[in-house]
Amino acid sequence: MRRHGGLRHRLRKATNAIMMALSGASALFGLFWLFWILKDLIHKGLPAFSVAFFTKLPTPPGMAGGGLVNGIVGTLLITAMATLIGVPVGILAGTYLAEYGRQSALAHAVRFVSDILTSAPSIVIGVFVYAILVQPMKGFSGLAGALALAIIMIPVVTRTTEEMLRLVPNALREAALALGAPYWKVILRVCYRRVLGGMTTGVLLAIARVAGETAPLLFTSLNNPYWNFNPLEPTGTLNVTIFNYAMSPYDDWRTKAWGAALLITLGVLATTIVARIAVSRTQRLGSQR
Amino acid sequence: MQQPAEGAAETAARQAPPQGPAAPGRPQGRPRRGNLPDVLFRATTLFFAGLVLLLILAIGTVLFAQAHLAFSHFGLKFLWTKQWDPVRDSFGALPSIFGTLVSSFLAILIAVPVSLGIAIFLTEMAPPWLQKPVGLAVEMLAAVPSIIYGMWGLFSFAPIVARHMEPWLKHHLGFLPLFQGPPMGIGMMTASIILAVMIIPFITSITRDVFALVPAMAKESAYGLGATTWEVVRNVVIPYTRTGIVGAIFLGLGRALGETMAVTFVIGNAHDISLSLLSPSNTISSTLANEFTEATSHLYVSSLIALGLILFLITTIILSVAKLLLWRIERQVVGSVR
Repeated sequence: MRRHGGLRHRLRKATNAIMMALSGASALFGLFWLFWILKDLIHKGLPAFSVAFFTKLPTPPGMAGGGLVNGIVGTLLITAMATLIGVPVGILAGTYLAEYGRQSALAHAVRFVSDILTSAPSIVIGVFVYAILVQPMKGFSGLAGALALAIIMIPVVTRTTEEMLRLVPNALREAALALGAPYWKVILRVCYRRVLGGMTTGVLLAIARVAGETAPLLFTSLNNPYWNFNPLEPTGTLNVTIFNYAMSPYDDWRTKAWGAALLITLGVLATTIVARIAVSRTQRLGSQR
Repeated sequence: MQQPAEGAAETAARQAPPQGPAAPGRPQGRPRRGNLPDVLFRATTLFFAGLVLLLILAIGTVLFAQAHLAFSHFGLKFLWTKQWDPVRDSFGALPSIFGTLVSSFLAILIAVPVSLGIAIFLTEMAPPWLQKPVGLAVEMLAAVPSIIYGMWGLFSFAPIVARHMEPWLKHHLGFLPLFQGPPMGIGMMTASIILAVMIIPFITSITRDVFALVPAMAKESAYGLGATTWEVVRNVVIPYTRTGIVGAIFLGLGRALGETMAVTFVIGNAHDISLSLLSPSNTISSTLANEFTEATSHLYVSSLIALGLILFLITTIILSVAKLLLWRIERQVVGSVR
């Protein structure tokens, strides 16, 4: 090879090396925070885990012992209720976008709005639900918390459903229609069945997204240190418990807050990883055919 | 919820049979007997799609109605009044608005170069076996719930800021008005850094996606002319995707403006306006998170909802701009391919 000795050439190579090093450094910078946070969570949260943590109710302030079983169950219940409200709405709205609306003005408007709602501040949605549900019913309730989370889920599920249905080849629909099946049956029996896996993972991602939400629960489901299975009563959740406990002066409560934080992060990250892997698999399948 | 759907379906059913539910690009002339369930199903999906559309209007309307008391009591002056005094029932939004805008601006300042760097690393530099795990790790950063960032920021990060970063900044740059006051670890600077870490994954994943839209031919031509990787990025990739990058930044900004739990833990919650990045401050969302359940008077609640309305309007505008920019680049790419 020819020797490149020119100053300009060396300058270009040096600039390139510097910029590439910087971009590599930013990748490391991003990873560094993730590992730092996870390390601290495990380090400080793991000691909180005990049988009592998962089985006992909280103790009064300052008293050692007890657990957060009410919060664990509360989080599961509220997330489940939110899923029951949000997922059908999201799936049907997404079906409209992919199967009927397509390029119509209405479909574009719905897409636009749901993309904005996806990123809208969750605390504002909490305020909204407070105004439409908590105030008229004169009380905080698990149902209100679930509705707030459902509103956050709806746009996410809508868009993933649409994206998944778009992966269904038109030939499949045409084949079913040619056999005389009505369109609604084609959607239910052919399209949905084809993307069932993808839609399930989309729902999982939406669940992971809302399971860690705290802001919209602060003034909807509030908190409750006791067992509660009545959706019309305030319900304790891990997230709001973290907020209250972490801000408290008691060491025991802070340790529990770390434990709760670790638990919720593990749950959310595990769900996200499973869903991500499944999503990329479905998309590969979809693009192959 | 069910009632209007069926009502709409019936009206649609009465009008529909002659021509059938024609969806654009769909084969026509399906058997008649499928028509009624078809129309019902279509109307149901249409109803829920419309519900999504109505949702954003409902949020705006309800917040506006509930904020009315505050605005009629304080007038538009509410927006630029500094005082926030629950004891005297006297409220002004300025400290919270100021804190929201400044913390988000600083977060963007930190997050944009880092996100672009990661996106360049992922698309132009990293070998394929490294792209997946690094990309997944960045997505994990987005999946960590915001309350975890807040709690971790308060107990793990803030003490380090107080012990190492802030004394250093005060020692070297203490003459600037930006670095006044005691190094407490909680305040505008810590909140902005945490916010930046939280929005990095959002900006990164969108920039990475728009970088991937650049035609390989354009990049290869530049490489063929002897350009270095950086020159390709600077002269081909970035000019080609400028609209998308700006869209990604606006999306990150929208996220940062509304972020609640992470900020509430570390910003210090003081209704003050200070030039110093070390002093405790407040944002709209942190004010709401801290004070909403404790608000006693109607005027207090209404003022808080008015803050929520302001936040909703700001973020909706910012996110709309982001969306429009991202749509433009998608169309631009589709156009250039055809």
